[in-house]
Amino acid sequence: MCGQAVKEKQETQDKQDIQERARTLTFEILRYNPQVKGETPKMKTYQVKEAPGMTIFIALNEIREYQDPSLQFDFVCRAGICGSCGMVINGAPGLACRTLTANYPDGVIKLLPLPGFELIGDLSVNTGKVFRAMSERVESWIHDKHADNVDLDKLEETMDPDTADEIYELERCVECGVCLAACATKRMRDDFLGAAGFMRLARYAVDPRDKRSDEEFYDIIGDDDGVFGCMTLLGCEDYCPKDLPHQTRIAYLRRKMAFAKRS
Amino acid sequence: MKIIYTDSLVIGGGLAGLRVAIASKQRGYDTIVLSQIPAKRSHSAAAQGGMQASLGACIKGEGDNEDVHFADTVKGSDWGCDQDVARMFVNTAPKAIRQLCAWGVPWSRVRKGDRQVIINGEKVTITEKNEAHGLISSRDFGGTKKWRTCYTSDGTGHTMLYAMDNKAIQLDIPVHERKEAIALIQEEGVCYGAIVRDLVTGDLIAYMAKATTIATGGYGRLYAVSTNAVISEGIGAAIALETGVAPLGNMEAVQFHPTAIVPVGILTTEGCRGDGGLLLDKDGHRFMPEYEPEKKELASRDVVSRRMTEHMRKGKGVSSPYGDHLWLDITLLGREHIEKNLREVKEICDYFLGIDAAEEYIPVRPTQHYSMGGIRTKHTGESTELAGLFSAGEAACWDMHGFNRLGGNSVAETVVAGMIVGEYVADYCKENCLNVSTKTVDRAMKKQENMIADLINRDAGENPFELKKEMQQIMMDKVGIFRNGDDLTKAVDELKVLNRRAKNIALRNRISSSNPELVEAIRVPKMIKLAQCVAYGAQLRTESRGAHAREDYPERNDRDWLNRTLATWKEEDADLPEMNYEPLDVMKMEMPPASRGYGVDNIVPHPDTEKRVEEIETVKQENPDADRFEIQEVINPIDIPAKFTGRNERVGRGFK
Repeated sequence: MCGQAVKEKQETQDKQDIQERARTLTFEILRYNPQVKGETPKMKTYQVKEAPGMTIFIALNEIREYQDPSLQFDFVCRAGICGSCGMVINGAPGLACRTLTANYPDGVIKLLPLPGFELIGDLSVNTGKVFRAMSERVESWIHDKHADNVDLDKLEETMDPDTADEIYELERCVECGVCLAACATKRMRDDFLGAAGFMRLARYAVDPRDKRSDEEFYDIIGDDDGVFGCMTLLGCEDYCPKDLPHQTRIAYLRRKMAFAKRS
Repeated sequence: MKIIYTDSLVIGGGLAGLRVAIASKQRGYDTIVLSQIPAKRSHSAAAQGGMQASLGACIKGEGDNEDVHFADTVKGSDWGCDQDVARMFVNTAPKAIRQLCAWGVPWSRVRKGDRQVIINGEKVTITEKNEAHGLISSRDFGGTKKWRTCYTSDGTGHTMLYAMDNKAIQLDIPVHERKEAIALIQEEGVCYGAIVRDLVTGDLIAYMAKATTIATGGYGRLYAVSTNAVISEGIGAAIALETGVAPLGNMEAVQFHPTAIVPVGILTTEGCRGDGGLLLDKDGHRFMPEYEPEKKELASRDVVSRRMTEHMRKGKGVSSPYGDHLWLDITLLGREHIEKNLREVKEICDYFLGIDAAEEYIPVRPTQHYSMGGIRTKHTGESTELAGLFSAGEAACWDMHGFNRLGGNSVAETVVAGMIVGEYVADYCKENCLNVSTKTVDRAMKKQENMIADLINRDAGENPFELKKEMQQIMMDKVGIFRNGDDLTKAVDELKVLNRRAKNIALRNRISSSNPELVEAIRVPKMIKLAQCVAYGAQLRTESRGAHAREDYPERNDRDWLNRTLATWKEEDADLPEMNYEPLDVMKMEMPPASRGYGVDNIVPHPDTEKRVEEIETVKQENPDADRFEIQEVINPIDIPAKFTGRNERVGRGFK
């Protein structure tokens, strides 16, 4: 047990050393609760002692628990998988849960809610409503009248392994909304579908199980609120946390749509 | 009073909840899903490695079928599962996966010809059959005889959840987001819906339904470090417990996953080891073969987690400011494989650890991961005691996992249980009317209104965040991987104190609309009750079974403990749940208790075991020409919705 005690002492010492060397971070956070009558938006500043490996997820929870229990934000998986925690971090939209505070050398981190979404409060925005509407608009499901009559006892339809991989590649979108927040066209045109919607359609367009024709896709995205409205500033490509190939897929859809109407 | 009526109310928008909702909607019943968050953000999305179903298309899955899957599942459960349910599950899993295929999941496919894989640390070439080309492939996972885990890279849960939610959108099923069910409406043994709090406006709404399904996932966040999403707080199970009627089953059965990263506890999939990754100690030594020569890194999760802990206790762990850890080495799989099949893992290592997993070892440690316990149900998914209340997925103790769940069997359970329970929910909607006095609803509503008013009006009291932290630390320190009587007694006593303190919570932010502190204040007392069920159940269960490992009772005691723990909270002011035990009937088991084949056999046998083994042998001898289906029909007949009774086809084998 003696060895164990020495070891624990060493670990405690290590932790103390780390704490002493730790920076004090400054968080500037937009505070506004639309539910409270008469409240107006304002920036508030909080100081947090940095810990090794600290993410914005950890820091915001510390602020909520020890300094201000009214602070609103959204995290679910806290592992970069679920897409809940999109926010504007020092001017750039991204996923807060996997953003390390160590990435900011001057220790000042300014947090704003994602623009273009209905504000729930502070850093929390209503992405759910926007993405449900997107899914309904692009009819984000397999269009095959036999899909519900498949004999589940029999072997599944085969699929080329490369096609399956390609579909997965395009299906990695987590609906975080970063592409929409980073989109200049979306700022000017409220009904613009945006990159997440294009990516969803591109995903169904390569899926042989979806029987929709190019003309049917054209009816969904063949106008200025669709793929022809894109100004190709490509904020989506720059900030997508999943590194989805927005640029090439938007270009691909535009070409495909241009040909679709001619035929 | 705001009231919303529906036929089928589903609480929870993850895979299990959505699948139940789809079933009731497709049968023509009005259906509403409630979710704290947008459905696609549910914790189902975090399942990485895959879903078990015995399709047997990949060459290493040859010879696989329902029976092999059944045997693995029962063994994995340490004979603690309900074998009828396990049988329903394995027979339906191939259908579930094929349905998801039709609904759009891009399952990774078999590619004919040679490919290199890593098995037991060595490069091996395997050759996939031509006729299997393009069928759904599968990978190796722990505790399975065959490569049975179907996958899409390591984003399986994501693709399944997206396909499922998209299907729900296609069917126009409304998902009421940012709503939390905080109490059930019930009277005289029947459930009529839930009192629901709008997390934005703070409004309370009564959702009234013929059938109410709880599919809110597990209770991992009772622990300070967990792989689970921050919403996995067990509130669905807690509101069932608070009815005083519905029992929770096997709450002490809590699984620890071997490979979560240190210190944040984010999961790296079992697929890492399934695909050939190794566990190494501080000397870079591969230690698992010494402990488990046969299955090595791919022993069942509970076994690997215990072996890792034992090895660290011998001083072989790597020291860090966050305590000891071990290494997970996937570098031997090669960059190409990692970037294609383990890309989420690579991304997590990159962002959270700042390491390149294709070149560096990953620091890992066993971490709370899965809740085998939950709302005890019949095989139909309906509560054993509260009519009209159903449960599916991790929130339920349907009980196909017993005391340890196999990797790949959890997402599989969500969709299979969703299919099966969904049919029974629809049957219930067909057979029953919503017949309840609004007085009952009013009473349920008033109670919650008063609870919230008390919280907001109390001038001074306990801080809910602090109470939660204390509870989480007790669970970490005293109700962990290895358990003993002394620690458990302390945990039970300390949690009792917390339970009392939780009756006196006061807020700093005293508003009733969107308010994270109020959310916490409503949840924490519920979580403490669940923690008490876990700790007390663990204290009373004086044996070791699956993930419940007692240092002071190392044997699996079938003689005294081949049963299921049932916890009910009958009196609101009680400071402990009431515990009862439901025996498992050996004489009805398709697979009578035996050794799992790990470590030293340490079993106190059940007096009926031998008799049952002989009985089954006799059945087999008396029916020499019977095939496996006919034998199963005799020794383990199951009741399953008619549409799922067909035999499953496999490549090269037909329907045999």
